[in-house]
Amino acid sequence: MERQIRYQREADLEWAHRFTQHPGCERLLSCIQCGTCSGTCPLSIYMDITPRQVIAMVREGFRDDVLKSKTIWLCASCYACSVECPQKINITDVMYRLKREAIQNNVFPKRFPIPVLAQEFCEMVRRRGRNSEFWMVFRMALRSNPAILLSMMRTGWDLWRTGRLSMRMERIQRVNELQYIPAATKEVD
Amino acid sequence: MEPSAKYLYYPGCSLKGTGIAYEESLLTTFRLLELPIKELPDWNCCGATNYMSVSETSATLLAARNLALARQTGSRDLLAPCNACYLTLRKSQELVAHYPKIAHEVEQFLEQAGLPRLDSVRVRHVLEVLYTDVGVERLRELTVRRLQGVRMASYYGCQAVRPYGEVDDPHEPTRMDQILKAVGVDVVEYNLKTKCCGGALTGTIHDVGVRLNYILLKEAMRQGAQAIVTICPLCQFNLDAYQAEIRKQTGEPIDMPIFYLTQIVGWALGGDVRELGLHRAISGKKLIEQWFTVKKEAETYV
Repeated sequence: MERQIRYQREADLEWAHRFTQHPGCERLLSCIQCGTCSGTCPLSIYMDITPRQVIAMVREGFRDDVLKSKTIWLCASCYACSVECPQKINITDVMYRLKREAIQNNVFPKRFPIPVLAQEFCEMVRRRGRNSEFWMVFRMALRSNPAILLSMMRTGWDLWRTGRLSMRMERIQRVNELQYIPAATKEVD
Repeated sequence: MEPSAKYLYYPGCSLKGTGIAYEESLLTTFRLLELPIKELPDWNCCGATNYMSVSETSATLLAARNLALARQTGSRDLLAPCNACYLTLRKSQELVAHYPKIAHEVEQFLEQAGLPRLDSVRVRHVLEVLYTDVGVERLRELTVRRLQGVRMASYYGCQAVRPYGEVDDPHEPTRMDQILKAVGVDVVEYNLKTKCCGGALTGTIHDVGVRLNYILLKEAMRQGAQAIVTICPLCQFNLDAYQAEIRKQTGEPIDMPIFYLTQIVGWALGGDVRELGLHRAISGKKLIEQWFTVKKEAETYV
């Protein structure tokens, strides 16, 4: 059995403070735990911890629990919570910050396709300047769960026959200008 | 350089692939409205939600390159029809404006890359241009044919109307409804008009993504809509591409055309079915044929 109660010594009490230094996360501590974010979120019913709980846990320093959650990856960045929050907390930016911290610390759920997609996407875009939808999805599937390719075959066929599936590897002309963008995976921001 | 076009078109990756019909109908509609539009040369991907999930600074630099390129052309209005591109470009402007550290990084990057500093480029969305620059009344006047008795739901999606934009009211947007009514479409009540379609979730956590779209389609049907009109390539794709799967899963007879606003407006203005990309639909093909091709001889010119 796993213990449900957490002790203060397990918490990273400085975390919340560091957190508020980042763009968009400044108002985190003013949360009144009203739950409007969880209520508006179209994905909260699929999350292991709700957005309201995420804020509470960040504030209390339960860093590992939050970073390992599926919640932060299910957030589709629709900004509904940020628009509705009565305390004007930019919850979407808080989620983005958590995603970045999870990737930098390599603690995201293994074989979970969303962080893999994010990384593949960044690599492709930084090297070529554009995203080629087909190849990006293909690479993501190979790295996370190749079985999903099977379920995508019908959609792929539908897109192909309507002329919406391009297999071209897109690339911008002045790709050299992108070398000044730091490699996203190595950067700590 | 030739006299700069009023609108600089930033396609984003989707409008060159799965959302090609959005590009086709957008360019056709702008031609019919005699609005000069030119593609931003050598544009790069906006970074979408993925880049922001990995690095905020790099995501902002990536978006900034497009804004700098736009400035080079001399046009002030950068048109981003995709909701995700629109939001990302706007957000990066906001970050640069409010955080000196990010502004400094952007400045440094642009200098290294030999690009001009950022200036007052306005990032704009198609819906906002049609509503503000053209206007509902003018669209009504220019309408040459109407989809009589066809009921549609207008679906704005999430990122266009949310915090960084001026596309429409974030709680109760109505501009698309007004435009559709002006060009002769019956618009139904639709309370989920800004509920997120899940974006890339249909490709990653597939069952969750499909479920979100089922809810959107089902509610539109319940309100009596025969079709849904969108302004985002990802919304259009998600709602259009998985209807067969939803039919199989739920047994419900959902087969609904999912349009781009520019397809409906372009058709009302007299655009050609193929030029508007109407043949690229996956779902609701029967209705599309019935509405847009059979009636051709019975066109009424107002």
